[in-house]
Amino acid sequence: MSAPRYAIGIDLGTTHSALAYVDIAASADDAIFGGVLEVPQLSAPGTVEALPLLPSFLYLPHADELAPGELALPWSAEGRDVVGEMARSRGATTPIRLVSSAKSWLSHPGVDRRAAILPHDAPAEVARVSPLEVSQRYLQHLRRAWDHAHPDAPFAEQDLTVTIPASFDPAARELTVEAARAAGCGSLTLLEEPQSALYSWIQASGGAWRKQVRPGDILLVVDVGGGTSDFSLIAVLEREGSLELHRVAVGEHILLGGDNMDLALAYVIARKLAAAGTTLDAWQMRALTYACRSAKERLLGEGGEGRGAEPIVVPSRGSKLIKGSIRTELTRDEVTATLLDGFFPQVEAAARPLGRVRAGLAQLGLPYAQDAAVTRHLAAFLGRQLGAVAELEGFADKVEPGASLIHPTALLFNGGVFKSAAMAERTLAALNGWLAAEGAAPARLLAGADLDLAVARGAAYYGHVRRGKGVRIRGGTAFAYYIAVESTMPAVPGVEPAVQALCVAPFGMEEGSAADVPELVLGLVVGEPVSFRFFASSVRRQDVVGSLLDAWAGDELQELDAISATLPPEGRRPGDVVPVRLHARVTEAGTLEIEALPLAGSERWKVEYDVRGDRQESAETT
Amino acid sequence: MNPQDSRPPDSGKPLSLLQRLSLAFGAFFGVLGDAALAARFDALRHGTVSAPAASPAPPPPPPPLKESSPDAALQLLALLQRDARLIDFVGEDLGAYDDAQIGAAARVVHEGCAKVLREHFSIVPVRSEAEGSRITLAAGFDAASVRLTGNVVGQAPFTGSLSHRGWRVTEVRLPRLAERHDTRVLTPAEVEL
Repeated sequence: MSAPRYAIGIDLGTTHSALAYVDIAASADDAIFGGVLEVPQLSAPGTVEALPLLPSFLYLPHADELAPGELALPWSAEGRDVVGEMARSRGATTPIRLVSSAKSWLSHPGVDRRAAILPHDAPAEVARVSPLEVSQRYLQHLRRAWDHAHPDAPFAEQDLTVTIPASFDPAARELTVEAARAAGCGSLTLLEEPQSALYSWIQASGGAWRKQVRPGDILLVVDVGGGTSDFSLIAVLEREGSLELHRVAVGEHILLGGDNMDLALAYVIARKLAAAGTTLDAWQMRALTYACRSAKERLLGEGGEGRGAEPIVVPSRGSKLIKGSIRTELTRDEVTATLLDGFFPQVEAAARPLGRVRAGLAQLGLPYAQDAAVTRHLAAFLGRQLGAVAELEGFADKVEPGASLIHPTALLFNGGVFKSAAMAERTLAALNGWLAAEGAAPARLLAGADLDLAVARGAAYYGHVRRGKGVRIRGGTAFAYYIAVESTMPAVPGVEPAVQALCVAPFGMEEGSAADVPELVLGLVVGEPVSFRFFASSVRRQDVVGSLLDAWAGDELQELDAISATLPPEGRRPGDVVPVRLHARVTEAGTLEIEALPLAGSERWKVEYDVRGDRQESAETT
Repeated sequence: MNPQDSRPPDSGKPLSLLQRLSLAFGAFFGVLGDAALAARFDALRHGTVSAPAASPAPPPPPPPLKESSPDAALQLLALLQRDARLIDFVGEDLGAYDDAQIGAAARVVHEGCAKVLREHFSIVPVRSEAEGSRITLAAGFDAASVRLTGNVVGQAPFTGSLSHRGWRVTEVRLPRLAERHDTRVLTPAEVEL
């Protein structure tokens, strides 16, 4: 394989995907040449349009639904299913055949992500697909679009970066890599989306970013996309005269985004119409949601301050447009009450979300956040990460005694939600209110973010800086990982044995680094899967490999999918117990790989993440 | 930018907005569907027709005229129907509704038309000067992109007042179509099961 000509970045989003690229040879440190690929996709039957965003929707048509040849794409004469704009619009009228939010399903610990379970509410005769397969289909579409546009620079030979939420757990990261490999992507690197947004901001500043941040800064990235909210903290250090960026903390996985907001507004309007005697069907509801989104952006966007209300028209479904359309309006008060007060309320720094995120009520099958207030989730994140920079060089004096939350000094927004300037202002005001209450200086806004395409652009730029062409954000893994081992306390009849947590991979492991757990010898039974409960912590920075925890605060450790190892029976008798030790490694791609190494011999067995959605609760030690 | 702005008629009784709307859409479909009408309209637009009787000299052999494929026109119509509900809108009798009802529907049509134009065409003014300003046209100016009106006498350079900036398409981005796609179906009938 020749040296890649392009660094390609893919934003594999919950609601939209995009591909950006940087021409490696033509670009220097601060002068970047590249662009965003216009992705050919069906926008209607038999109609192919090239658009900068690929809606992350898959539509599975009925055999009689479309005329022959209507699914042709520039690279294939006949397709079976539909990805992109047409999938989204078709799916609006036939939701039982539409797969949406596949990314949320891919990281859903309660379901088997390799099983054909989507569309979630499809009748039996629809051939379902797995969350893994759907992600693979989106990546495959992007790969083919690229190869079609660049026949001289095959996709598989370019430097590829795929973005993921910072909160993705090791299993979801590995599934993303697996989907990319299955889509023919060659080698790739994962990058956290908030980091990618910051890279894009750095690139867009053309070198001026060095003047906008200074050593000792703590940058907060607030990324509210269509389906998820993601927070990260990045500290600015100075070493040997140059600025360094360290990602020091990431937030929890919160299924809460712009789509929830548009839907909330639509319900407000629908209730208003219902009170006046007009009820809307499902088709009209979707049209109303769409109309609400644009009205909201006009009211809350730049220049919308003076407007008291925006008209909303729900078009008729039949051909009598004038006769059948429903006219109403969205008032400023409704937007303020529903969106600003509902999703961005001015809360105290001590406010916490109601209900746990992971344990949230499964609504429509996905574990959506129970508390819709982005500001409460943000307060919880900043409070939990109070000590995120305590051990960082040059930050010892930045942690004020008595502070109840970490004090960011600058804020970068990402995600389409913040096209509504009022929501960005609300978030900044809430943050600065918390800071003022603790006597800290207000955070400043890092301006000039490209809200829709920043993640894809930043990912492409990252592929470029990884070659030593600019500043890199360091930080390694944002979690420490543990497996559960049974306590050696004497057994008490009728009481489950107490569980201890053994650290197998510490916080901040960089790509390519490894950690051995020599203290612990496990007995694996040949031919039988042995499974371990698996935990992560986003706050325990001090634990080293082999640290054994007897007790921890309630939310310090979160349980993830179990991990399990199966020893092949080759050369052994099934049922034999083989003593092994665990070895954790962060791959170049950015996934966490755990291996079991027998004490005797040089074999290695991969410990797999159980992504079947059934948590097994057995742990075995010798 | 609003390419649908039309200038007041040069002569005759000024028409109301609704009358103009109706005339404009009538003309649109008339021109699209009737080649003879289109030819007359074209001639009228370019000022080459004054009266039907004025044809003293024997006509020269007709120049070769290109026949445009209806596919692109049908495709544009399908887009205008899909995003702006244009055919639904024009197909209705305005007399049956009050202005508020028409206005509500017009928002859908306006927003949709703007989207279609924005996404599929790059439209820029022919002249960058402000309307109303005086401009001078040197000899050899492009008569296809600048139309002289009023007291058209003498030799270039011509100096006059810019009454309309003109619109020019710099890029067309129409969707590509599948080989057997039937463009005559502007919007399929919908049957909900």
